[in-house]
Amino acid sequence: MDKFWNSLANLDRRWLFALTFLAISIPLLTGIVLPQKVTPMVENVFNAIDELPSGTKILMPLDYDPSAEGELQPMADAFIRHAAQKKHKLYFLTIWPTGVAMIQRQVATLKKEYPEYVYGEDYVNLGYRPGYEGVIKLITSDLPKLYGSDQQGTPVAKIPMMAGIDSIKQFPLIVNVSAGDPGLKQWVQYAATPFDSIEIVGGTTGVQASTLYPYIPNQMIGMIAGIKPAAEYEKLMFEKYPEIEKRPNSNMANVFMTSQEVAHFMLIAIIILGNVVMWQTGGRRDQS
Amino acid sequence: MKQSNVIWVVVMLLAGVYLSWRAVSYQAGAVYVAPKIVADADSGKSFTTWSKVPSVESSNPGVEISWPRTLGIWLSALFTLAIFSFLFGDNVVYKVAESIFVGSSAAYAMVVGFWSAFMGIFVAQLAPQFSQNTFMPGDDRTEPEWLMLIPLAMGIMFLWRLMPAGGWISRWPLAFFIAVFAGLRLVSHFEADFVVQIKSTILPLIVFAEDGAFDLKTSLWNSTMVLGTLCCLTYFFFSVEHTGVVGKISRVGIYLLMITFGVGFALTVMSRYSLLIGRMNFLLKDWLNLG
Amino acid sequence: MLKRTVPLIIASIVGIVLILAKFSPPIQSWETEVVMWFDILAVFAFVLGAGNLNLNNLKKISERKAGWGYAAITLLAFWITLICGIGKLGVPPNEQYLGYAWSGSFEAEGSAFWWIFNYVYVPLASTMFATLAFYISSAAFRAFRANNVEASLLLLTALVVLVSQTSSGPMLSDLIPEESTWAIFKIDTIRGVLVNLFNTLGTRAVMIGIALGVVSTSLKVLMGVDQSYLGGD
Repeated sequence: MDKFWNSLANLDRRWLFALTFLAISIPLLTGIVLPQKVTPMVENVFNAIDELPSGTKILMPLDYDPSAEGELQPMADAFIRHAAQKKHKLYFLTIWPTGVAMIQRQVATLKKEYPEYVYGEDYVNLGYRPGYEGVIKLITSDLPKLYGSDQQGTPVAKIPMMAGIDSIKQFPLIVNVSAGDPGLKQWVQYAATPFDSIEIVGGTTGVQASTLYPYIPNQMIGMIAGIKPAAEYEKLMFEKYPEIEKRPNSNMANVFMTSQEVAHFMLIAIIILGNVVMWQTGGRRDQS
Repeated sequence: MKQSNVIWVVVMLLAGVYLSWRAVSYQAGAVYVAPKIVADADSGKSFTTWSKVPSVESSNPGVEISWPRTLGIWLSALFTLAIFSFLFGDNVVYKVAESIFVGSSAAYAMVVGFWSAFMGIFVAQLAPQFSQNTFMPGDDRTEPEWLMLIPLAMGIMFLWRLMPAGGWISRWPLAFFIAVFAGLRLVSHFEADFVVQIKSTILPLIVFAEDGAFDLKTSLWNSTMVLGTLCCLTYFFFSVEHTGVVGKISRVGIYLLMITFGVGFALTVMSRYSLLIGRMNFLLKDWLNLG
Repeated sequence: MLKRTVPLIIASIVGIVLILAKFSPPIQSWETEVVMWFDILAVFAFVLGAGNLNLNNLKKISERKAGWGYAAITLLAFWITLICGIGKLGVPPNEQYLGYAWSGSFEAEGSAFWWIFNYVYVPLASTMFATLAFYISSAAFRAFRANNVEASLLLLTALVVLVSQTSSGPMLSDLIPEESTWAIFKIDTIRGVLVNLFNTLGTRAVMIGIALGVVSTSLKVLMGVDQSYLGGD
């Protein structure tokens, strides 16, 4: 028996890699979708967008890159679809260089699924500006100074929906999707905290999420922290707007959650097994 | 030939056969596009753009396979597998992929910064006629903004760091850069992460419901929040030795911080697995057309 | 004087303007201008980074150091991406200004730069971080041990939150009736307490500590006490 525990203690990690691969791939191939239970935080974020009057101006900074796409793309898609269902006016911008491409994907989704949305009247892509949190600081007082033109180079003075926009204080809601710094934390620090008129909800990675909870609810209404809350958000969307469920890739978070479920239970089993091995072997490992 | 090498060669051959079969039989990795013609009657110019369509529409009129994009999908899959090969150990394929990543990511940031900021703000304001005649025809500025010469001068001084002599001049814009960061963060952190956080922690320890009854749940919640935060702060307070009462409070603080780190770990696990699921989804569905 | 004193004076003046602007509306226009220049200077930081990348890799190649081949590949990838992006290769003109060849967006779908981003950069960046999942599994088996009270607390919390992040965990605990006294042991309730209470209070304490650290470090920089950013003489 000792030999068994010792061999486990010296298990080649590639077996664990193979187990992880199987735990992720097999559920993806089956296509099974599990039911989700909606939590109060996700409901708050949903209501923050849903309860706004139709046609409200929403600022949508998309501050993430392809390395976080697997986790953030489903929630970004859900936010866009939700805002478009409510016919809100969408103002895209980003403070990450790679955010430009992420905005492009959302614009492509809008064009495809909401052809009635007109560029310049219903949505605008202001693009990227360098300067990290300096960008946020500047646009809280003078947005046209930094964003004199949109991503295409069209002067903002010629874009109908930019008429009268002097600063982001005029936006009732900011919906930020962010993967790190600068991101949701900086939007809370520089926009939501100093100015009571600015409300913010966010979508963020699980890595960053635990550091943002202290901002809720006084500085931030709520956030979608990772793929599970994103799946809950999709569920709320399907309940309120059933036609969205038929669209391609509209339930990506729910599809991913099945693999996530298996992976979590696999990890729990691995952790418990690791501890059992430790107790059985007294913490000894073959150093050779 | 070593046994492990023989096994690898056999595995690679089998994988090659399987991938060829998927590509031919199931159009693995194939991307279909539909044309859109944009024409301007005044200038007589027109051009065609191509947009991706789902594979179910591949038989629609006008839709054709895009070889550059199909090649791109296969290249993406090979790059993905190249990075995953690091799981077996450092190797040439991984290092090549990593080198390409470093080079392309640096250039990507530069290109975005160049067109979005340098040309879009800088050149557009300093040389409006030139920008209107080339890349920003919709702009209607007439007079240059001469104040832009100041950041231009600072930028040139910044880049002088790369020169063999006189690199010290880059300290001036660097000092400006650091000072702006320091000034912005001093105020923002003090307001958002200190003052407001303390304000959020000042909660009533004894709470009564609207009907006058003692609200045990909220009272317990608030008390834990206030006292727990104080315990954790005590752990970080190193001006007093952690012995006696202070030591015991600090101990409680450590335990509470361990709970915090446990939550952080669980959320991080979910995050990392999501990224892997995203890549596996690409490999299995977008590339191999499985599931 | 020019090498150390002038930069310190610049840092102090700029920092004081930014701090005072928070409390003094007449100075806010100065703050706006300063931050605008900062945003533009950030572009040059990209150029500096790229310049350093080129210098270091060229040096490696010319000195034939170990791994110089990879340095060559890095430079090749860099220049191909840069030329495709800055040259707007394959970019159609803006639909409203067809007569202006350079009016299109640099990341237009179908262009060479777009192709490089979607089929070279995206898979490489995504997969770099995706491999961490494998290492988490491996590390969880080897290193995540309940050796003492603190580690046990961390482990237990992590396990509870992991279960709560699934579908089956909350569904199973929903079998406990809401009115029952055992309802406080529902996984959702426990998760709520762990995340919204304990995680918040711990993170808040860390946040307050970091804020004080940022304030003191910033003041040291602005007052010229910390001169490390200037380097040596």
